[in-house]
Amino acid sequence: MSRDINVLLVGVGGQGTILASRIIAYVVQANDLSVKLSETHGMAQRGGSVVTHLRAGEEICSPLIDEGQADIILSFEQLEAWRWLPYLKKGGMVVVNSQVIYPVPVILGYQKYPENILEKLKKNIPRTFAVDALALAREAGNERTVNVVLLGVLAKNLEFDQSFWLQALESILPARVLEPNKKAFLLGYQES
Amino acid sequence: MEKVLMSGNEAIARGAYESGVKVASAYPGTPSTEILENVARYEEIYAQWSCNEKVALEVGIGASIAGGRTLVAMKHVGVNVAADPLMTLAYTGVNGGLVLVSADDPGMHSSQNEQDNRRYAKFAKIPLLEPGDSQEAKDFVKRALEISEEFDIPVMLRTTTRVAHSLTPVSLEEPGEVLLKEYIKEPQKYVMIPAYARVRHKLLEEKMSRIKDFNDNNPLNYIQWGDKEIGIVASGISYQYVKEALPEVSSLKLGMPYPFPENLVREFAAGVQKLFVVEELEPFMEEEIRALGLEVTGKEIFSATGEINAEMIRERIGNKTESAPVKLEDYSGEEIPPRPPVMCPGCPHRGVFHTLKKLKLIVTGDIGCYTLGCLPPLEAMDSCICMGASIGAALGMEKANPELKGKIVAVIGDSTFFHSGITGTLDIAYNLGSSTVIILDNRTTAMTGHQDHPGTGKTLKKEESKAADLHRIVNSLGIERVTEADPLNLKEVKEVIAREIESPQSSVIIFQKPCALLEKKDKPLVVDEEECSYCKRCLDIGCPGIMNDWEAEKVQINPDLCSGCSLCQQLCNAGAIRKAGDNLE
Ligand SMILES: Cc1ncc(C[n+]2csc(CCOP(=O)(O)OP(=O)(O)O)c2C)c(N)n1
Repeated sequence: MSRDINVLLVGVGGQGTILASRIIAYVVQANDLSVKLSETHGMAQRGGSVVTHLRAGEEICSPLIDEGQADIILSFEQLEAWRWLPYLKKGGMVVVNSQVIYPVPVILGYQKYPENILEKLKKNIPRTFAVDALALAREAGNERTVNVVLLGVLAKNLEFDQSFWLQALESILPARVLEPNKKAFLLGYQES
Repeated sequence: MEKVLMSGNEAIARGAYESGVKVASAYPGTPSTEILENVARYEEIYAQWSCNEKVALEVGIGASIAGGRTLVAMKHVGVNVAADPLMTLAYTGVNGGLVLVSADDPGMHSSQNEQDNRRYAKFAKIPLLEPGDSQEAKDFVKRALEISEEFDIPVMLRTTTRVAHSLTPVSLEEPGEVLLKEYIKEPQKYVMIPAYARVRHKLLEEKMSRIKDFNDNNPLNYIQWGDKEIGIVASGISYQYVKEALPEVSSLKLGMPYPFPENLVREFAAGVQKLFVVEELEPFMEEEIRALGLEVTGKEIFSATGEINAEMIRERIGNKTESAPVKLEDYSGEEIPPRPPVMCPGCPHRGVFHTLKKLKLIVTGDIGCYTLGCLPPLEAMDSCICMGASIGAALGMEKANPELKGKIVAVIGDSTFFHSGITGTLDIAYNLGSSTVIILDNRTTAMTGHQDHPGTGKTLKKEESKAADLHRIVNSLGIERVTEADPLNLKEVKEVIAREIESPQSSVIIFQKPCALLEKKDKPLVVDEEECSYCKRCLDIGCPGIMNDWEAEKVQINPDLCSGCSLCQQLCNAGAIRKAGDNLE
């Protein structure tokens, strides 16, 4: 059976999707899979919609995930999960932070933020895991651990042993923020 | 061997280190910026930000003549700026190897155009290498330098956004020893007066024909025979897409697409029933193939605009698909509000654009974070062409239509001013223009991720240097009227602009305030609901920290985003906005 995994990480510029993708990459590499990542830099980092593609498997050529081919969408914000949903493939999974960040057209009142996104997500995708990652990050003692809370939720739903994830945190994060991040990871892990 | 995940840009820097590069220079620009940021980490390499790409290449030329291996990097449009030295560098050739990295941006993720710089390699008559992943990006730097030295010619290494910003595994090697070559005075090689240049041009043509022969047997170009019904020629990232989509077909991968390896291509074409070429943007290889009298399908099925992906190749060449989309209910893409990038909360550019809009001025714009001032609700920009163009364009407008005099301002960032605004300003002074130039001095090159520049007084290697003084530069160009003002004080902004625009002389306003991302946030502001009359004036500045709840007819400030810059407070007639924690009167 193919062990290929396609994860699309989506969010708002500045939310830390890139660090999260590095941690997943570490875990899949530790499990002897080859990995490729593709990131958004530049202008979009100024609060625009950003996406990181992560592809892992025995042999990966293209670093990009095309529409209808993602196994997992890991979203840092509700609307972004909804926006990128056409990238998910049948039977795929969505991990979504229930946090709402209004885009400028909504802030200005030009357009409405779609209602009931989480319900609609669950209706369309049975494997939807929504968490209030910001609340859990605060509980972990550092608001900036939102991304690691989400990784905890993801980890619970993937085959890789928990120890790989903790190892990844230890080797990628600076020592001074390790504790809140480990806590954040476990809070996410227990949540789902 | 150790394999690490690296972006294409990190890998290029590593390649420079492993192949003994002595000097590296660049001007930032997405998707090339991280190359020099990473090179700068290697103590062995002298690395610098130049003011612009032309100077960066000229520094590289000097380094090469002096005998050092050299890397010069820029985004695709940077090569336009550096094109003048490039065209003649092809004639002179090199001493130490010289590789010019051109980072192209198909799809315009972060650019004003999507020009295909492979054409520059052909135009300048220099070899072109195109890596498709980070391993190749690293290895090709070394090959490029070797080819450069072997044939006495600069070499272009062309990446695209998906190579530059994708992380793929790379095996590291230790640097070999590469010695500085001896400097030899050779005016007939390096002084391009017509008499010498005529000789060098002939030599260049001869070299290119030798390189063409070499390229027919170059291991960077190779055939993989598979199903012979279909044969695909590809290079760079497109080759990765081909392998992903149709691993079973025959392929010809060109790691060095120029000069075009004719015999190899003929051999491949003869072995397959139907020949395709998969390339983003221009039909660069397609034209070469057609010139050989071969039949090929390329731009008939792939657009000359935007990017290609594996699924397109699967569908258009392989007649199959791997997409298994979910059938979505209650889903309408149109109802999803777009999320364009925005000026950050606290951005010192915001208030200036708000004022320009209020004053109904014609604004010739420029490139940087401040270009976002063209979007609603600020909508205060009339043109944006390329770096530095704001200033010449303002002068041209007032010369064409004198009625526009006194209504035009040019707006330019500090890094952009040093890049190519100084000559334009000189042009206004010299040619008796009356336009007002506004320099938005946020003390950094913000858009590309906060690089230093001559005005910050710090080099790429973090040495202290003398900070260039904008005020005195402008004075010495011949403009006496120079005003410095605080862009976060709306009253001052308005007064200064209104005054300077009235002046019949040319003038410059310098709005100085560091980029909000580099500053500590102030206490956030709050809206007092009792006092707020919902006049919505505060929404005119388009701050992502202020939310318009139009159902409840309220505005709210998001304390997590607010930087406390107070622009909204200054706009509020009802006095309903105040610092969190301040007592209500
Ligand atoms: C020839 C060229 N080189 C580089 C770039 C990329 N680029 C665009 S604007 C810019 C500088 C922006 O800095 P600044 O003018 O200080 O404005 P800020 O973003 O700080 O507001 C850069 C590096 C480009 N578009 N064209």
